[in-house]
Amino acid sequence: MEILVCVKRVPDSAENEISVAPNGADIKRDDLVYSVNEWDNYAVEEAIQIVERDGGKVTVISVGDSDAEEIVRREMAMGAEQGLLATDATFEGSDGLGIATILAAAAKKGSYDLILTGALADDGAAQVGGMIAALLDLPYASVVNKIETKDGKSLRIGREIEGGAQEINDIELPCVLSIQTGINEPRYVGIRGIRKVASVEIPVLDAAALGVTAGKVGADSANVKRVDYFVPVAGAGAEMLSGSNDELADKLVALLKAKGGIK
Amino acid sequence: MIHEPFSPATATLAGFPLWILFVLIPLVGIGCFAWIMARRAAPLFKGAPDPRFDRIPERIVMVLKLWLAQWRQPRYFLAGVLHIVVFFGFLVLGARSTEMVVLGFVDGFRLPGFGGALGEAYDVAKDVASTLVLIAVVILAIRRAFFKPARYAVPERYGKDHTPEALFVLGMIGLLMLSESAFEGSLLAAQREAGHSVTAFTLAWAFQQMFAGVATSTLAAVNLVAYVVHDLTFFFFLCFLPFGKHFHVITSLFNVYFMRLQLGNVKPVVHGITDAQLDDLKSFGVKKFEDFTWKHMLDFYSCVDCGRCSDHCPANAVKRPLSPRFISIKARDYAFEHYPVFGKSPTGDAPNLIGGIYTEDEIWSCTTCGACEEECPVGIEYIDKMVDLRRGMVDEGMVPQSLQKPMSALEKRGNPWGKLEKKRAEWTAGVGEGIEVKSVEKGDTADTLYFVDSISSYDDRSQKIAQATARVLAKGGIDFAVIGKDEKDSGHDVRRFGEEMLFQTLKEQNTEAIKASEAKTIVVNDPHALNALRNDYKDVPPVQHVSEVVALLIEGGKLKLNPLADATRTYTFHDPCYLGRHNGTYDPPRTAIDAIPGMKRVEMTGNCRDRSFCCGGGGLMLFYEPDEEQRMGVVRVNQAKDAGADVIVTACPFCMTNIEDAIKVAGLEGKMEVIDLVELVDRQMQQ
Repeated sequence: MEILVCVKRVPDSAENEISVAPNGADIKRDDLVYSVNEWDNYAVEEAIQIVERDGGKVTVISVGDSDAEEIVRREMAMGAEQGLLATDATFEGSDGLGIATILAAAAKKGSYDLILTGALADDGAAQVGGMIAALLDLPYASVVNKIETKDGKSLRIGREIEGGAQEINDIELPCVLSIQTGINEPRYVGIRGIRKVASVEIPVLDAAALGVTAGKVGADSANVKRVDYFVPVAGAGAEMLSGSNDELADKLVALLKAKGGIK
Repeated sequence: MIHEPFSPATATLAGFPLWILFVLIPLVGIGCFAWIMARRAAPLFKGAPDPRFDRIPERIVMVLKLWLAQWRQPRYFLAGVLHIVVFFGFLVLGARSTEMVVLGFVDGFRLPGFGGALGEAYDVAKDVASTLVLIAVVILAIRRAFFKPARYAVPERYGKDHTPEALFVLGMIGLLMLSESAFEGSLLAAQREAGHSVTAFTLAWAFQQMFAGVATSTLAAVNLVAYVVHDLTFFFFLCFLPFGKHFHVITSLFNVYFMRLQLGNVKPVVHGITDAQLDDLKSFGVKKFEDFTWKHMLDFYSCVDCGRCSDHCPANAVKRPLSPRFISIKARDYAFEHYPVFGKSPTGDAPNLIGGIYTEDEIWSCTTCGACEEECPVGIEYIDKMVDLRRGMVDEGMVPQSLQKPMSALEKRGNPWGKLEKKRAEWTAGVGEGIEVKSVEKGDTADTLYFVDSISSYDDRSQKIAQATARVLAKGGIDFAVIGKDEKDSGHDVRRFGEEMLFQTLKEQNTEAIKASEAKTIVVNDPHALNALRNDYKDVPPVQHVSEVVALLIEGGKLKLNPLADATRTYTFHDPCYLGRHNGTYDPPRTAIDAIPGMKRVEMTGNCRDRSFCCGGGGLMLFYEPDEEQRMGVVRVNQAKDAGADVIVTACPFCMTNIEDAIKVAGLEGKMEVIDLVELVDRQMQQ
């Protein structure tokens, strides 16, 4: 199976202290370290496992500037055979639809049976996967936490439903899936793995190569524009429960049930 | 000794001269043994290189100590003493066994030099030896069969109980003693009139007494049967040894000779490959059996199955899926199956060890505390194997999610929490008034570098230890500086968790920063940092743990300590693994504690010094989510409680974290407290 996985370079919230920049339109970026978006990493692992099981090839693509190359390489160290980097000055400032347009154009350049994205990104809006599917007119399933390959014509997939329920669907290939964390246990990639693929060439796809025009991508065509960025004011304090241990436990259970935490 | 009136060399059966048989038995026996040993040696030649042909005098000392003097045996007193009896019995009886074999075809044979007084003295020694060995064997068999010490039990997942094999071998040893003595006793009974004496109350004497008055022809038959039984048992036993745990009778001498001599270090990825050449290696670590070094294979052969390692393994104690004994036994079973004495090896690709004989969790469960190696009577090593297996797992991407985050953070930020580099020295703000901690980051220099490491730099609780360290050093008049933002994690546990390349990166960055500081000595408060800088790094100045520094300052009168405010409390010292076992520092912390007027300190007898019980492990082990029934720290806190202590003093920030948590989990909050040694000194020192 030919699989394309779309990955994004993000500042990892676990390894950064995120604070809003003075202009209010972004976070402070001068002291950040970046990694591959966690959901995307699960998607790449899933793709690799499918190929290990059934054969085929995993291609990883990222839209971004030249810095994004490091995460493409990292995913190649994991086991993706091919890496692609979609870079062009006109791509900068694209909204979700713009990014989806670029990725859909890249997908058309190949013949992929399956396109995977992360369900969302640390700094994202969980929209690109669905948009790629729409642009390519392919079936789409979101928040996928289980994939079973069948006859090569369709997949049996599990989706996580609000409240912890599980849904099982069959979906025709080719299709687009957005992957939830926990679908697998992504393998570790160390410095050694990355060095092994350090000299592998990663083709760069620009706007011309992809055939996307400035009218569809970039800041000027973005129909969704960020206007403010702030940390909400902390609300009222936590609710303190009181009583004996048994009473506390009963109250806690009641609260968790009421809020949907447990059934 | 005179071999009249009968001798196996002259005996006949239905006219057939039996000496022919007595030549054939040893020939066949030795031939079989040589074949078996050659087959057993086969995998060793396929193993990875392991240059252990150096440091000969030290190795001889280890052989004299561990092998000949059986140094570690009495750590388990009864079993140890009994083993010593059997061991020395074997040594003494070696000469007699040789004599016995030759007596089958050389009438009245004596070893050269045994003709006179030496031979007579030897005869006394060997009669006493065989008697004592038989007594020891009987006690050992009773112990094994009826008292069944818990450490010999074989959990179901590891296969069948090993008691039958043990009893069978004890039976064979007993038979050897009895047949030799019956051989001797029957002869002595026949020679009674000639006035040959024998040491009273020995087995041979007992047989002589028993056979008194029996016809010479009967005695001759008994003598011959005893000889045949001894000869057959002897060579059967010899050839049986390499099939089980009694292989150690042969291998232990070599295993001890080649054992690790250095404390604290970890073997390189491949011996003979420099750090700079690591990138060229196709594969890292141990993935298949043949990836082990030949010495590690010899370890597997040498395992005595005595269970002492697992008896002291903290992971085993809290029911993690690890028992070091079975790391050896399973690998030995693998070697026996894949390199059989008879028949062909299984064909096809060699299976992976992980998922084959070992599980991932089994290998991650080890805290590398070193208790197993400290205990092993034959010098088997485990830490290097764990590290090698982990290197293999890391290379294949098999790393638990709980460890991937801290490893990634270490790669990006140089600390496992992913905290900002520029905040590494923020703790210095809390040292207190009047003390300005020098920092290389700000351009300061000092003779002594205080290498703080990650946990004491960033963890709220451990920062207090760093601050106490700074105050104590300042009070002691030591001119010191910290590195600041360019200091990275020492990488101690990164290396021990198998991420060698990340360790190399951290080591290079730190080495550069340390060199740039121009310091002449390094002091640390974290024993893991101590061990990394002392035993893993090269080309850095000498390193001391703050407990060593403090003990010197106290002894030199530079630190004076106030009496305890609360003299009702009883203190105990918890030896951190990487301060004690791995670096041999046991006394300086005790010296410092005992220097406090009014101090009442007890030892956790049986679980202190080199038998200290790991708190749960440091470095990345803090992040690992093990499958266990109990926390190691809880076991440790209860040991302290049982010793009558209510204050645990330790000298490691990770021990602090684990023990502090364990006190809460054990429900001993308010009753038991833990304090770092340097905090205790800081609290008690006269201003």
